[in-house]
Amino acid sequence: MAVRSKPITSITRWSGLAALLFVVLLVVGPLITLWLRADTSSALTSADWAAVQFTLFQATLSAIISVILAIPVARALARRSFRGRAILVTLLGAPFLLPVIVAIFGLLAIWGRSGLVSQVSQSFGMERLNIYGLVGVLLAHVFFNLPLVTRLILQGWGHIPVEHFRLSAQLGMSPKDVFLRLELPMLRAILPGAFLLVFLLCVTSFAVALTLGGGPKATTIELAIYQALRFEFDLGKAAVLGLIQFIICTVIAFWSLRAAVPVSFGSGLSVITRRWDVSSKVLIWQDALVLVAVTGFLGAPLVAVISRGLPALGNLPATIWPAIVNSLTVALFSAVLSVILALALAGFIDDLKSRHNRMSSVVEGVGLLMLAASPFVLGTGLFIIIHPIADPFALALPVTALVNAAISLPLALRALLPAMQHNRQTYGRLTDSLEMQGWARFRLTTWPAIRKPLGFSTGLAAALSMGDLGVITLFAPPDVETLPLLMYRLMGAYRMDEAASVALILVALTLTLFWIFDRGGRLGHQT
Amino acid sequence: MKRSLLAAALVTFGGATWAETPTLTVYTYDSFVSDWGPGPTIEATFEETCGCDLKFVGAGDGAALLARLKLEGARTKADVVLGLDTSLIENAKATGLFAPHNGIPANLDLPIEWTDEVFLPYDWGYFAFVYDKTLIPDVPDSFAALLKSDLSILIQDPRSSTPGLGLLLWVKAVYGDKAADVWEALAPRIVTVTKGWSEAYGMFLEGEADMVLSYTTSPAYHLIAEEDDTKAAAIFDEGHYMQIEVAAKTSGTKHGALADEFLDFMVSDAFQSIIPTTNWMYPAVLPSGGLPDGFIAGNEPEKALLIPIPDVESIRKEALAEWLSALSQ
Repeated sequence: MAVRSKPITSITRWSGLAALLFVVLLVVGPLITLWLRADTSSALTSADWAAVQFTLFQATLSAIISVILAIPVARALARRSFRGRAILVTLLGAPFLLPVIVAIFGLLAIWGRSGLVSQVSQSFGMERLNIYGLVGVLLAHVFFNLPLVTRLILQGWGHIPVEHFRLSAQLGMSPKDVFLRLELPMLRAILPGAFLLVFLLCVTSFAVALTLGGGPKATTIELAIYQALRFEFDLGKAAVLGLIQFIICTVIAFWSLRAAVPVSFGSGLSVITRRWDVSSKVLIWQDALVLVAVTGFLGAPLVAVISRGLPALGNLPATIWPAIVNSLTVALFSAVLSVILALALAGFIDDLKSRHNRMSSVVEGVGLLMLAASPFVLGTGLFIIIHPIADPFALALPVTALVNAAISLPLALRALLPAMQHNRQTYGRLTDSLEMQGWARFRLTTWPAIRKPLGFSTGLAAALSMGDLGVITLFAPPDVETLPLLMYRLMGAYRMDEAASVALILVALTLTLFWIFDRGGRLGHQT
Repeated sequence: MKRSLLAAALVTFGGATWAETPTLTVYTYDSFVSDWGPGPTIEATFEETCGCDLKFVGAGDGAALLARLKLEGARTKADVVLGLDTSLIENAKATGLFAPHNGIPANLDLPIEWTDEVFLPYDWGYFAFVYDKTLIPDVPDSFAALLKSDLSILIQDPRSSTPGLGLLLWVKAVYGDKAADVWEALAPRIVTVTKGWSEAYGMFLEGEADMVLSYTTSPAYHLIAEEDDTKAAAIFDEGHYMQIEVAAKTSGTKHGALADEFLDFMVSDAFQSIIPTTNWMYPAVLPSGGLPDGFIAGNEPEKALLIPIPDVESIRKEALAEWLSALSQ
């Protein structure tokens, strides 16, 4: 580039470096600790290896089932236009924001031994269901990931040009030919990335195995870490398991970045491609059936939570107020920290990109590191670091907020960086030539460009932190609770009505937080 | 010298008005502090006389309680830990986190002679599988019969729960080297393994399984508190493993005298008379009024099993490895 580079502004550089250092320390510190503390002399028992195997097995099955089921759902949504389609697509986005423990409550209300399906099957003289173990874990993982994959594939369908369908209709191609020539190549491009993404999410899913695992047979690595720390006080074993988890996640994260799915939120979802090959009655009925089934599968647990929670709202447990305060504080702190770090890093990467391209990919690699270090691995490392110095239980909330911020960072970075880069390409030369620097430049050109992704990322980070039931379980003393933890404890005590009322409050607050920030980012926005 | 005089003066003159009431922190298991457990009544009764604030902290089930204390180490805020049992005493003493008590009361009513210098017993009972009489027609009368049946059961994790650990030792005491085979045979019928007793019992009451691991005295709760005689404990020919629940003061406590006072109170009539109908266990010292009507209800096992305390720790480790390996297949 012949353009004379402006010297990088010192505030961008220093804040970027500080953020980078902070993130590297936050991730590498716990990893080194795990490495040093890992007690390799006490070899892992057969039960520990069973946990490693189960983790990989359930993640593979969850990913396969989610992907296979998502294909007909996405196809039906892509080629049918009907009333309520927009609502259904929105519903598909809900599980991403839905706190895991709430979803589990809903799933138990439908599929549990005393759930709706069991009651119906019992009245026909059949056995009641038992979902504890592999089945329950798969059920919950498909509940969360089927919608995610559906949205990814739906975007793929939206990106097949309508002309191609028209041409194939003119050539008289059958639905089968259209599938082989047009749809299959698209699926081949999208499915590997989607599969790996789901696989990674399922390898690091803790709350599902904690609540639905049902014993040593269905123990994941993260659950084994939890048990090593909280049941057996075996720091050495927890560290070994933490390292194994990190290695598995690094390999998958690396693969999945290579098979990268373009993660764009929302685009291509409302495209309904006009089709000429799918008007047969059989196909219409087939699509309708698929859509009704998926709506029932996703909607029924949500309806169960609402219908059981609403009547119980008058009867909230007394400890809900401190739990609300704790949850909101943790969520806001981690959201703000996460976007501040993301802003500093994105500005730094953006500045670097214009001069040392290689350097900036190193910084972007940090994002990869965060993807590979699961919250639980970070939490375990931090626990072992903190333990000799201070009481880990006294730091439950700050550590949870910190880890949650770190986990949301890659999402925020992915949302902010393209906006910043686009802004530089559009206005960079103009502002350079005007010698506009510092605050004025930020306020006049950068801010308008990033406020939308910034609002979205803040909302997402707050919502994810709000629903988190991971690290908090490692650290929480009996008298400190967040809303998900309170709900988990109420479910453990079988106080289901109170749990349902807490679930409603939790969902309402989570969605409100997301809405406020996301809306705030769009207010007065022209696009 | 001067300083201690000053301190004495402050205590004498200011004590009643502005010296802080000491807080005695007692870590215990969840069901002990629940609204229907002994916690609330015991707190009120002890606070009448101690001039202190008694604070119960529920920290999971019994075995998780010990792990938590190990995690907190010398920093722990606990002055007293209440809710470990005979299976964990050696393990607990090895941590050095517990201090000896002031002496064993002479009037203990335990099935065994008590000699431990650190832990004092407060109640005891027999583990048993509890079921609903109206739903289970053919009740197994032995482990062998349970293994042959197709009844579904709920058990607790022996790493976090004392009943779970009790079952582990029960199977080991009955089957010895064949314990691993027994667990493999039992595995398909275990609906789920819960963290603690409360979770498992709650699930049983919601109808999630045919039987739950609890105590021979659990049906008394339904009979006396709910006037419901449908629940019963299955009595096994091989005998029942015994649990003696214990408490001790921590070695790092700043309220040593108060902790001793609490332990004395624990084996007194005031505490012991609350135990049968709140913790639903046999009291360690029979209260002056005896046991309430219907408490035993024909559920006395004929044979009691208990691995001697010094041997438990090595057997526990071996049995736990077998259990984990059998159930993770």
